[in-house]
Amino acid sequence: MTDKTMTPEDVVSRLRSGMTLGIGGWGSRRKPMALVRALLRSDITDLTVISYGGPDVGLLAAAGRIRTLVAAFATLDSIPLEPHFRAARQRGAFELREIDEAMFMWGLHAAANRLPFLPVRSGLGSDVMRVNPGLKTVTSPYEDGETFVAVPALRMDAALVHLNRADRLGNGQYLGPDPYFDDLFCEAADSAYVSCERLVDDFATAAPQTLLVSRHAVTGVVEAPNGAHFTSCVPDYGRDEPFQKLYATTPWAEFAERFLSGDEKAYWSAVESWHEEQQ
Amino acid sequence: MSATPTTTTRAEYCVIACAEAWRDDGEVLAGPMGLIPSIGARLARCTFSPDLLLTDGEAMIVGADGSAEGWLPYRRHLTMVTGGRRHVMMGASQLDRFGNQNISCIGAWEQPDRQLLGVRGAPVNTLNNPVSYWVPKHSKRVFVEKVDMICGVGYDSAAAAGPSATRYHRIPRVVSDLGVFDFETADRAMRLAGVHPGVTVEEVLEATGFPLALPDKVPFTREPTDTELRLIRTVLDPEGRREREVPAA
Repeated sequence: MTDKTMTPEDVVSRLRSGMTLGIGGWGSRRKPMALVRALLRSDITDLTVISYGGPDVGLLAAAGRIRTLVAAFATLDSIPLEPHFRAARQRGAFELREIDEAMFMWGLHAAANRLPFLPVRSGLGSDVMRVNPGLKTVTSPYEDGETFVAVPALRMDAALVHLNRADRLGNGQYLGPDPYFDDLFCEAADSAYVSCERLVDDFATAAPQTLLVSRHAVTGVVEAPNGAHFTSCVPDYGRDEPFQKLYATTPWAEFAERFLSGDEKAYWSAVESWHEEQQ
Repeated sequence: MSATPTTTTRAEYCVIACAEAWRDDGEVLAGPMGLIPSIGARLARCTFSPDLLLTDGEAMIVGADGSAEGWLPYRRHLTMVTGGRRHVMMGASQLDRFGNQNISCIGAWEQPDRQLLGVRGAPVNTLNNPVSYWVPKHSKRVFVEKVDMICGVGYDSAAAAGPSATRYHRIPRVVSDLGVFDFETADRAMRLAGVHPGVTVEEVLEATGFPLALPDKVPFTREPTDTELRLIRTVLDPEGRREREVPAA
């Protein structure tokens, strides 16, 4: 069996500028932040990012790496508005393809099922149709004859997700209350990279329904303890609220200089010393 | 907190007005967004709408006491929306006379003056399950003639989009800190359905950026029962957080 373990740098070495990149999690929850930070250390840019957006979007937008964002929102949850996403939008820094949460989900389903689109009762009558002039409708071939929006598949070159546990083969387990859409992200992508809190040898004692991601849909596995920081990865840890507040209130250049100018180890030493200063 | 008020406060009338949105809804998920709608939904569940389903705001369906009775991760929540077994009360950064709602951005969408949340689930919500709105600070900035970005679909927009849009579309009510509004008019324009005690009709009209339809007589929001008041003050919101969302007028 193939050992798929790799480092965040290995993952990034397989990504290229101009790619379409899916990022799992939801808002400021279980985001693959260690992988996003590794991406920020590279010179990869011009990305199309597909995300139920949180600080992953804020970080990549602030660093100027996004050409197109496909999203229904960007939020930090306990802080409703993502400040760097906002700032980037207000200066017209990237193109937004704004669709709603349901259209997003069915776009993932379509991609995972190798369908060009799926019909949804959503979008009609809203300005989602105005700001996405490429969106088309379909008419039901059955007696009802209803008209629906045909949500195009959200196919991606690569997906990044973060889970609580994984094995070396690429099977991934979530231990929190919500799977989000991480399995669909992996299945909708040509290659998928799973970071995890801890690598395990097997899932012999696992509740079967917690085994969210299956190895056939995974290209690489990264052991990244605290790899969702500062977003939540329950039950392993909650959101680092003080640090998130710092992220949201510090000018980007200052935040990037202090926390993102070195490697992951440097990030952690900067985070720890900041927390010590707060004592 | 100051001493417990002896008379019903504005925030408490707002709780009652929000709770009433879920009366007679049956076994559906109440989806309150914001503090006062959350207290209202739980009040309805504890009193006149005992079949309502509530969430913990995360992935669980919970009973009135907060104990879990079901699982509702986002993917299943979206099925609850499109299956229609849900009545949500959303917020609104802008709301117009036909019930179009905006939470996405202010100004031109292409490069907004102020980027807000994004459309979130508003387009799918409004086409599939009843959607009410809660506005804690009624003003002309919120109640506008025309929203900058239609996220939640109003009656005119749904009608223009055709039968697939109107089939399950319904906006039962809008609650603000001043009163209650509905769309029970011939052209489905917003109507002032009631004011909270202490508020005048003129005050509401003055704070609204479009002409409101008016009934012959504008009723007041009803008084809470003794049981309801006790539940609000001692069980559902003992810290009085509601008074910070809607301060005494």
